Amino acid sequence: MNYQMESIKPKEVAHMKVKEKNKMLKIETDKKRLKKRLFLNQLFKNLFSLSVIFALVVLGILFYRIIADSIGWLNIKFITGNLSIFPEKAGIYGVIIGSVWLMSIVVPVTMILGVSTAIYLEEYAHKGNIQMFIKVNISNLASVPSVIFGLLGLAVFSRLFNLGSSILAGGLTMSLLVLPIVVVSSQEAIKAVPSYLREASYAMGADKWTTVRRVVLPVALPGILTGAILSLSRAIGETAPLVVLGIPALLLRVPSSVMDNFTALPIQIYYWTLDTVLTAEYANLAAATIVVLLLILFIMNSVAIVIRNKFEVKF
Amino acid sequence: MTNRIHETDRMVFDVKGLNLWYDQEQALKDINIAMEKNRVTAIIGPSGCGKSTFIKTLNRMVENIPSVRITGEILYHQQNIFEKTISVEELRTMVGMVFQKPNPFPKSIYENVVFGPKIHGIKDKNLLMEIAENSLKRAALWDEVKDRLKKNALGLSGGQQQRLCIARALAVNPDVLLMDEPTSALDPIATGKIEDLVLELKKDYTIVIVTHSMQQAARISDKTAFFLTGELLEFDDTKRIFSNPKHRKTEDYVTGRFG
Repeated sequence: MNYQMESIKPKEVAHMKVKEKNKMLKIETDKKRLKKRLFLNQLFKNLFSLSVIFALVVLGILFYRIIADSIGWLNIKFITGNLSIFPEKAGIYGVIIGSVWLMSIVVPVTMILGVSTAIYLEEYAHKGNIQMFIKVNISNLASVPSVIFGLLGLAVFSRLFNLGSSILAGGLTMSLLVLPIVVVSSQEAIKAVPSYLREASYAMGADKWTTVRRVVLPVALPGILTGAILSLSRAIGETAPLVVLGIPALLLRVPSSVMDNFTALPIQIYYWTLDTVLTAEYANLAAATIVVLLLILFIMNSVAIVIRNKFEVKF
Repeated sequence: MTNRIHETDRMVFDVKGLNLWYDQEQALKDINIAMEKNRVTAIIGPSGCGKSTFIKTLNRMVENIPSVRITGEILYHQQNIFEKTISVEELRTMVGMVFQKPNPFPKSIYENVVFGPKIHGIKDKNLLMEIAENSLKRAALWDEVKDRLKKNALGLSGGQQQRLCIARALAVNPDVLLMDEPTSALDPIATGKIEDLVLELKKDYTIVIVTHSMQQAARISDKTAFFLTGELLEFDDTKRIFSNPKHRKTEDYVTGRFG
């Protein structure tokens, strides 16, 4: 009956209903409310877009200042030259090589340890309280300030293992720092592999390791690589742990083995920025080095995005 | 494949007093059932009656779920599959399985089919190709895919994917094929093809199929088992189950009065 009435005079009935309701709830006329709602709608839209614009403007100013400072200083000679106390002679070849050496420790250590840990936690560990406890604490480790990892590295690698300020000490410390991130992102990638693929493998008589190696890892690999590259770009830009380890700036020798002393891009930026009070041109050198570091980060992130888009399997 | 498992006798599965619990909840209650060689056994029953649990117990896939507890025995060619001397890997090469949802690996069609032979140690490329061709032919898929074996299997239609999964299961040369509602995700034409295939395959394999479709059970099976709330209520020739069942509830179910 009701339905029929509405279908004959829908507007009138609807209007009547609203009026009745408003009377009951003692609300002002609906026109005022509508106006207010529409105003709020517009207000929030503007607020949200404002916050985006704010972020973009800050980023824009940052880029502008850095690029403006680096112009005239960033050239081939700067990238291929050796460090010097004279600003106009200084180049960051040794610093770039130092960062590359650092990565040559961080990449294998974090990939092997991180992915293995993730495989164990997701595929082998019995689901229970202990596994939960470990998972939660790995996530907690991911948010520990980097300076704490620096102190750990200083105590364990530099002092206890007597590695000093070598590439090995720095690399292992950095590995500890990004390991939780690699573990968590690998876990997510492994978890995203549909269980019916594992079942298909088990149903053909495959054991666990065969299933992990031939089914789970190939499908999870793009996700694992994306996470790994993103965490490496964190490692390459991290300063605090290296400062704590006493990594020097202005190292005139280019490192040639993992036991050599070294300096890295963020450290060089940090000390040049500190010393601008002594030599004003150091600010330009720091800016030029920042541009190089940003370029490296930009390339790494692009590679991560390409891998994710190209190799991700869609089900 | 092994001398511990004999394939000579007619009785393939002989289930005796099988009970299964998920935690405290009993999913299978005192199941006794025997399955013969080269027969299609259909398992029917309303949702949640334990049909899928039962079929997954036959190749011990059910044990992948934690907190599962099993008593009783399942004799596979007179050998209890729960005995320590038989590994699940060994059992599952003999007892293959096809799942409800087609689940090809995100690899090429060829790689999908030779996955099983490869993990069991076959490396010879010519032999692998031969196995792939044979399996795909037996799964009635060869003509449709022979020109695109290197293409990704996810590009196939649902029905083709399911036949690929059957080919993949056949490639390890099993003795039994378990099918857990293999057509529930497929359209009628694809379903028809799978059903024809089952009738063809039973010449070489013993088939156990879980199905929600009464017509399907009636069309393709020799024997039908009716499960209700974890119990095997009735097990008989398919003709008898559909024409003259012993239990009132079986009759109600097969005539569509409940379920």
